[in-house]
Parts: sequence; C-alpha cells; structure tokens
Amino acid sequence: MIRYTLTRLGLLVLGLAVASVLIFVSLRVLPGDVAQLIAGAEASPEQVVALRTSLGLDAPLWTQYLDWIGGLVHGDLGTSLITGTSVAAELTDKARVTVPLAAMSLTVALLIGIPLGVLSALGRRRAAGTVLSVGAQALAAVPVVWAGMMLVVVFAVWLGWLPPQGFPRSGWNDPGAAARALVLPALTIGVVEGAMLLRFVRSATLQALGQDYVRTAAAKGLTRTRALLSHGLPNVGLSVITVLGLQIAGIIVGAVVIEQLFTLPGVGRMLVTDVASRDLPKVQGELLALTGFVLLVGFFVDLAHRLLDPRQREAS
Amino acid sequence: MTTLRRLWGLGTGRFGILIVALVVITALVSLVWTPFDPGAVDARARWSDPSWPHVLGTDNSGRDIASLLMAGARTAVVVAVGAGVVASVLGIALAALGSLTARWIREGVAVLVDILIAFPVLIIAMMISAVWGGSLAVVIWSVGIGFGVNVARVTRPELRRVLHSDFVLAGRASGLSTGQNLTRHLLPNVAPVFIVQLSWGMAVAVLAEAGLSYLGFGAPVTQPSWGVLLSDLQAYIAVHPLTVVWPGLAITLTVLGLNLLGDALREAADPTLAERTPAARIPVPGVIA
Repeated sequence: MIRYTLTRLGLLVLGLAVASVLIFVSLRVLPGDVAQLIAGAEASPEQVVALRTSLGLDAPLWTQYLDWIGGLVHGDLGTSLITGTSVAAELTDKARVTVPLAAMSLTVALLIGIPLGVLSALGRRRAAGTVLSVGAQALAAVPVVWAGMMLVVVFAVWLGWLPPQGFPRSGWNDPGAAARALVLPALTIGVVEGAMLLRFVRSATLQALGQDYVRTAAAKGLTRTRALLSHGLPNVGLSVITVLGLQIAGIIVGAVVIEQLFTLPGVGRMLVTDVASRDLPKVQGELLALTGFVLLVGFFVDLAHRLLDPRQREAS
Repeated sequence: MTTLRRLWGLGTGRFGILIVALVVITALVSLVWTPFDPGAVDARARWSDPSWPHVLGTDNSGRDIASLLMAGARTAVVVAVGAGVVASVLGIALAALGSLTARWIREGVAVLVDILIAFPVLIIAMMISAVWGGSLAVVIWSVGIGFGVNVARVTRPELRRVLHSDFVLAGRASGLSTGQNLTRHLLPNVAPVFIVQLSWGMAVAVLAEAGLSYLGFGAPVTQPSWGVLLSDLQAYIAVHPLTVVWPGLAITLTVLGLNLLGDALREAADPTLAERTPAARIPVPGVIA
C-alpha cells in the first residue's frame, strides 16, 4: 500500500508538472508578445515596453516559469492584471459559492444514479427498467445549459417556486436565500451527471448479477435481489468509486456553464469573465488551480479504491 | 457489408443512422434552400407562434427559427467532422507512438496519455480562447485534442493486443512487409474500437459546440449555430419559454443519434468488443460542456 501510494503520488506530482508546463506554454509562449496582446492594438510602443517590464516578461522564459512555480509553492497564484487583487484570495472567496454548488450537485447525482441504476438493472426485463434505461440514455445527450433553461421554465417561470437566477448579495449571511439560489443549479448539474452515473451503475450491477458468487448465494436460497444486495453491491460500490473522480470533474465543468446561466458569483463564472477579458496572469493561476483540483480528486479516488478493495490491498 | 447489415438490424443502430443522416442531409439542403433567409430580420413578424409559414415560430427580431435550426445543422456537422479529424490524427499518432516504438518512448507516451486524460475539454478550450479569442476552431481543436487522448488510451491496448497476436506473427513469417501487415491485419482489427470512439467523440463535439458557443467561446454570434441560438433565446425565457425548446431538442437528438450509433457499432462490429472495452463511454463525462 505504501509503495502504491508513493508511486501514485509521483504520478500526481508529474501530472501537476505537466499541467503547469502546458498552461505556461499555451498562455505565455504561444501567444508571442503577451504584453502587446494584453495592452491591445492601440497601445503605444512605450506602454507595451512598460507593461512588459512591470510583468517581468522581459526575463528569460525559464526564469518566468520558475518565478511562477516558486510563487505557487508559497500559495501565491499570481495577481489580476485588471483589478490587481490576488488570485488565491479571489478563488477562496468564489469557492464559497462553487464548493457548496458542487457538493449539492454530487449529492443529487448520487441520489439519482445509484438507486435508479440498481433498479433499472434489476427490472431490465420489465417496463420500469426499460423506461429508466431509455430515459437515462436520452438525458445523457442533453446539453447542461438547456437542461438548466428547461428547469428554470418549469420551476421559476411557471411554478414560481425558486428564483430563476442570481445569488443573494448578503451571501451565506442569509443561509436560507443562498441555499434556495443554489437548488435549481445543483438540480441541473445533478440530473445530467446522475443520468450518466445511472448508466454506469446499471452496467456494473448487470455485471455483478452474472457473477458466480451471486448465483451461488441465490442457489443457497436467497432471492436474486437479496443475493445482489448482500454480495453484489459491494462490488458495484467499488466500480462507482472509480467513476467518482470523473463525475466530480464533470460537475466542475458543468458548474462553469451553469454559473453563467444562473449568474452565480462562483469560480466558473469568474474564469469565463477573465478569459473573455484576457486577464492572462489570472487565467493562468485559475486554470492551474482547477486542473490541480481535478488531478487531486483523481489521486484520492485511486487511493480510496485501493484501500477499499481487499483483493488489491493484498496484492500490493 | 455484414457489419453494416447487422448495424441496421439493431434498433439503436437504425435510429442512430437515421438521425445522423437527417442532420447531414438537413445541413446539405440548408446550403441551397431554407424556408426563410436564416439571417433575415422581419420586424413585423417578431415572436410569431409556430404556424404557417413560420413552422417553429420566430425570435425577437423576426428570424425564422426553423431556418436558423437548419443552418445551425451546418455548424454542428462542421464541428463534429473537424473534431473527428483532429482526434483521429492525434489519437492514432499517440497510439502508434505508444505501441510501435522503443520501450522508453512507449512507456513515456502511456504515462503522458494518463495525465492528459484528466484535462477536461472545457479547460483546453479556455486555454485556447484566452489567447486567440473564441471561434469554431477553438471548439474543433479542444474537442479534437481532448478526445484524441481518449482515442489513444482506448486504441493503444487494442493495437498492442493485435500486434502480439498469432496472425500478425504468421503474416510476418509468410513474408508480408510491415506496411502490408499494417493494412491487412492491424488496421482492420483496430478499426472497430477506433470508429466507436469516434462516434462518441463527435457527440461530445456537438455538445461542446453548444456549451462553448453559449459561453461566447464558440461560434461567432453572426453564425447560425444551435448554441448561439440557445444563448440568444435565453434572454427572453420568461416571456417566450417555448422557443428555447427547439434548439435544445435539435442538439439532444443529434447527440443521442451519435451516442446510439456508437453503442450499436460496438455491438455490431465485434461481439467480443463490449467485453474488452467495458463501459467505454462512461469514463468521458469530464469532457461535457
């Protein structure tokens, strides 16, 4: 286990290094003259030179890269060109919206995906199982933005139960209003991700149903459902953990789009705004933070899978 | 031929083929004919309800929604094909590098692919559009790169499996050159896995076009596109909620068609494939937009 953890940790560090180089190369090196790009076409040559010096862009590329990495080690993700605020501070501030949104979305996805996935596998020869499976197949094809719009039409425009968009100015000081503002966005991401999870749980359950140990348990007198619940489900759970990392990555990506649709002041909306205004130093920090998060989730998911699966635990 | 016939025999395969054909034909027809000029503004016909001659109604500037949808199919096809080409070239190149070269390159490529797979398409798209601004090319490149890595990850083990199989060895022993062995034995055996991935990748491309165009990093607002139409109509969702249904349905049907086509191809091309590459479509959700 320790050996596996160290190898996996090595892969994580390598992944972070590759990510940082890719982001650095595509945002600093490929654009050619970053100072000119930021200053805009109308800027005078003197302004461009001044900007280049103030951003440290006149230093050799590898010093720029090392400076950036050195800052990262101290928790400094860089500063915004436009507002001059620290990226790390702004990220933690915006995370107050995005993290609860992601947690709520994941809860919805798990609540939909796992029970309905098992049900649709158990009832695959009955109408309910077919309906669930076809419904999940169709939902997995729905663009997240459109799912959000449809939910707004039903729950905000027609029924008037929930706000169509926005987040209370007072933030979490008014927990009721803040939570209400996140219900529709979380439902949107949760339903679409839940449909994907449902399909996965369904195929994992079908696989478990075909296993010898489930058949043996059934032969010893358990009903097929009981046999699956007590012997098959732990294995289904293990395979769910393997896709959990991808689900979380999907939720983060979904949040970028959905925060825009619901005008929520979260990390995703900030990233979209910064990319549109070409605040390159800030985008650089934000992208690395996001990919770092996705890589970190993958790392923990792999470790958890290893820890929970007795076969793998013994193998290592 | 038998594969195609088996594909048509599957309910999902038939549905997938019909939907994809419908989208492609609509895109081609829209080049020469649409009921109205998709860009034509008509102040007197603003927000007409679905009726003759505006079958699906009009938007806030009186543009015919049915014509906009038809022209939008063009953008979807361009993006899907473009991303497919990029993903194929990149995927095959990485898979070949990861299985046909010296050991240290092979292993290095495998680790690199494992790392790159964690990059969601949206992040790649943000990286590109932060520098070059938004355009359809951003969608094509980001989905192409993101899915190319995915293609490589699934194709590489297949390629290695076939490479070590007896019939390739027999081919070599009976005097086939590397090129002949490649075209006669390697490609036909790897093609099914690859085509299935491609079909799913194109579905992701259509979804990503919608998402990225909605965010303003995809198609320019002047170009007819389902994603742009969605974001145009969103502003009036409280007053004219039903108009946003149409572009969303168009996207969903196209994506569903491509997904089902991929599923059916997997079943039709090689019955053992489903066992070797289980649940291959599920591990991609990190890429949706």
